[in-house]
Amino acid sequence: MSGAQLIAASLLVPTLGALGISLAGRWPNLRESVTLLSAVLLFACTTSLAPAVLAGGVPQLFVLEMLPGIALGFRVEPLGMLFALVASGLWIVNSVYSIGYMRGNDEPHQTRFYVCFALALAATMGIAFSANLLTLFLFYEALTLVTWPLVAHHGDDEARAGGRTYLGYLLGSSIVFLLPAVIATWAIAGTLEFTPGGLLGGASSVTLGLLLALYMFGIGKAALMPVHRWLPAAMVAPTPVSALLHAVAVVKAGVFAVVKVIVYVFGTGTLAATTASDWLPAVASFTVIAASVIALRSDNLKRRLAYSTVSQLSYVVLAAAILAPLSVIGAALHIAAHAVGKITLFFAAGAIYTAAGKTEVSQLDGIGRRMPWTMGAFAVGVLSMIGLPPAAGFVSKWYMLAGALQAAHWTAVSVIVASTLLNAAYFVPIVYRAFLRAPQGKAHGEAPLPMVLALVASALATLALFFFPQVPLALARALQGG
Amino acid sequence: MLSAEHLPALQVVVPLAAAPLIVLLRRPGAAWAIAAAAAAFAFACAVMLAWRVAAEGAISYELGSWAPPWGIEYRVDALSSFVLVLVASIGAVAALYARRSIAAELHVDQHYLFYTMFVLCLAGLLGMTITGDAFNLFVFMEISSLSMYVLIALGSHRRALLAGFQYLILGTIGATCFVIGVGLLYLSTGTLNIADLALRVQEVQDLRPVLAALAFLTVGISLKAALFPLHLWLPNAYTYAPSVVSAFLAATATKVSIYVLVRFYFTVFGEQLVLEALPMSEVLIGLSVLAIVTASLVAVFQEDLKRMFAYSSVAQIGYITLGVGLANTSGLTAAMVHLFNHGITKGAIFLLLGGLALRAGRTGFDCAAGIARSMPLTAFGMVIAGLSLIGVPGTAGFISKWYLVLGAIEQGQWWLAALVVVTSLIAVAYVWRLVEAAYLTEPAAATPQAGEAPLSLLVPAWVLVAACVYFGFETSFNVGGARAAAEMLLGGGP
Repeated sequence: MSGAQLIAASLLVPTLGALGISLAGRWPNLRESVTLLSAVLLFACTTSLAPAVLAGGVPQLFVLEMLPGIALGFRVEPLGMLFALVASGLWIVNSVYSIGYMRGNDEPHQTRFYVCFALALAATMGIAFSANLLTLFLFYEALTLVTWPLVAHHGDDEARAGGRTYLGYLLGSSIVFLLPAVIATWAIAGTLEFTPGGLLGGASSVTLGLLLALYMFGIGKAALMPVHRWLPAAMVAPTPVSALLHAVAVVKAGVFAVVKVIVYVFGTGTLAATTASDWLPAVASFTVIAASVIALRSDNLKRRLAYSTVSQLSYVVLAAAILAPLSVIGAALHIAAHAVGKITLFFAAGAIYTAAGKTEVSQLDGIGRRMPWTMGAFAVGVLSMIGLPPAAGFVSKWYMLAGALQAAHWTAVSVIVASTLLNAAYFVPIVYRAFLRAPQGKAHGEAPLPMVLALVASALATLALFFFPQVPLALARALQGG
Repeated sequence: MLSAEHLPALQVVVPLAAAPLIVLLRRPGAAWAIAAAAAAFAFACAVMLAWRVAAEGAISYELGSWAPPWGIEYRVDALSSFVLVLVASIGAVAALYARRSIAAELHVDQHYLFYTMFVLCLAGLLGMTITGDAFNLFVFMEISSLSMYVLIALGSHRRALLAGFQYLILGTIGATCFVIGVGLLYLSTGTLNIADLALRVQEVQDLRPVLAALAFLTVGISLKAALFPLHLWLPNAYTYAPSVVSAFLAATATKVSIYVLVRFYFTVFGEQLVLEALPMSEVLIGLSVLAIVTASLVAVFQEDLKRMFAYSSVAQIGYITLGVGLANTSGLTAAMVHLFNHGITKGAIFLLLGGLALRAGRTGFDCAAGIARSMPLTAFGMVIAGLSLIGVPGTAGFISKWYLVLGAIEQGQWWLAALVVVTSLIAVAYVWRLVEAAYLTEPAAATPQAGEAPLSLLVPAWVLVAACVYFGFETSFNVGGARAAAEMLLGGGP
């Protein structure tokens, strides 16, 4: 298939998958087969696109002209390719996990759950491959809307409140800040196409600074403080949602958009020549540290993971905001590295909830002896979060630090070092508790097999990215070169 | 086969002539068939006219072959053909929908009356749009208004009578102001032809009567358009009218009035008089802002769905007039595009609510609890139309919002751009209140259990729902038409 057909297929496979799932709603086994089939097919599409992109090609697909001069169109550049590969690959793992989790916990509305999940992946592909800001915005909003039923899944008061916070922050920030930013970009530059080197070369420093602020706080999915509250609120969702969407697809869509905007709308060169972006590393640094401190104080496991995500997302923003070539590579790599690590941690949290019914860190004494596979995978995820070898997080952190040193950005260097210590401080005690304290309460074993398989697979992926980082690294480098 | 050159006349004459025919035949089935045929014909006619105008430019038709400015001229240009398509398409969809809905809501003896008034109202609205004569416009305004009072009063709730009466009083005041304005213009210029007026108004030495005419016309039309604070008739009218009337009214009547406002402001008076001699831009923007903010907030707290969306209409009319007030190409494009987009969006919502009314007997908020399960297509249609109301990308409403914000930014009015986006969050609040009720709430006692609305109601409603999505992606008709109209208006002359 040609590049354009593969792009179309990447969007259509999950969409048609959603249709198939809703039609097969009455037969759970058939329904789950459709999910798995869609996930495998989607991954096949994205992997088939990769060789062309690695070879320097730019597959494109023009659909129609939405507004005079602005197309609904797709163009696969290295960063989008990386994001699409990560999201589609983890969808397979996550689908296996979902089956175990949703059945193990006897969750309601399972058909709606799988339909929305497939649609969320379609929206994610749209974001990853978008050729311009309008297309990005379209799928960005779509992703918010199709994930809302997943967050409010249980329909009780807590889920509704979480859903409202989720929708309020994400829709609110994107409508109030991002949309005007996009329209202002159109008014200033006369184009919205993502262009290497940026679109806003002629704008004044003040305009650039204001626009950058609108973009950074408008892209609420990147969870830059103070637009981060939706992420802990989204934790009311079933754990597979927290795992794939609120550790991978949705939040990565946010930081992906941030990197895209900095590299292809503003241009690192344009920003470096002015003082417009000087405030951004400070805000990102603050978010990294503050979120870590909150995570340190959270006893609820999913909440701790959520704040860890807020902190890790701002690594990406910080790395991109330093504007040094190496740190931008680090930012791109971290999108992949954090994804595999954090999904493992969430998988483990969901497995603990399913097998033992436990949600708080303080309840986890000795759980590693009862669930060795789960907690082993958890430990791998923790290594990646801290940035230690042999886990993926080490590679991306290495590049981020190298970039910060390259730019002689000492604040960033010290923030990365300090937050590494904080990461260790809130994750290592969990591992310690799980393996070295005596188990309490009534005995239980591992979670259902699909869940264990999924979390072992994602833990292995976390290790694999350390030993074989060639593909992500090549894509991240191409982002700089292109 | 009638020759194509008479299309402008047929556009109005056919629905007008259908009215006495329906009264003569009286039988409900025949009455419906004639009304539907007339509406379908009007739709085909409007599409052909729009197509010809796009290809060949404005069409001038001399009624009875009397040359203007003495005879009455029908004039179809970029702006009027665009509005004609909106009115006629909504008319056709409403006619299709009416059969089942009216059968359920009205006594069988009243059916022929309903269809008579419906085609009269359609003819009046089409006539207001197509005519190039200011007094003829007043005549058609009266035809549409009088039939509208009856249509509203036909509602099954007792308060429909009161709502119709309320509208009658305010509408008559509006029409009186309008005719005084036209009279003053006639005194100053000696002509009633709109194109001729446009030329002569510029030559008038004593501006005082012209400005008075402008003021009277503004008040008169604003009453009919339900521009804040002259909107008081609207919530009751929309709430108590029969379902199909609410949809037809919301999608067309106020829109045609805004068309008339724009026509007088930009074609007759011209930017210089409207924007410089009087501060109409500031007045319009100020009132629009008030309309958007207050009506949106009021909508959030309504306990009846029809009333909630009625207040939302007042707010959305504010967005349209805000675009008019910006008075640049993007602003006017936004106004025209939103005129169309809001027409189809609100039309879709009220048609869907008609299905709910059929199953539940009323449209209270409590009826919506858990309807996603018993009426999934109705509920999902409302979600899509609601997203269009908010202005989510991928729906028609987004296109309007895009141009409105762009227009404000181009004028350097950042605060207005901010206001537009912030107030759309209030729309999120009232739309999501409904979404939560439909999807997350367990069915209550008031929830209809009779199942999905019948196909005869769902199909027309979903045609409009699909249009909300279609015109969010393929914008060559709505944006193209609106832009051509805006450029024509600002280019000066008709």
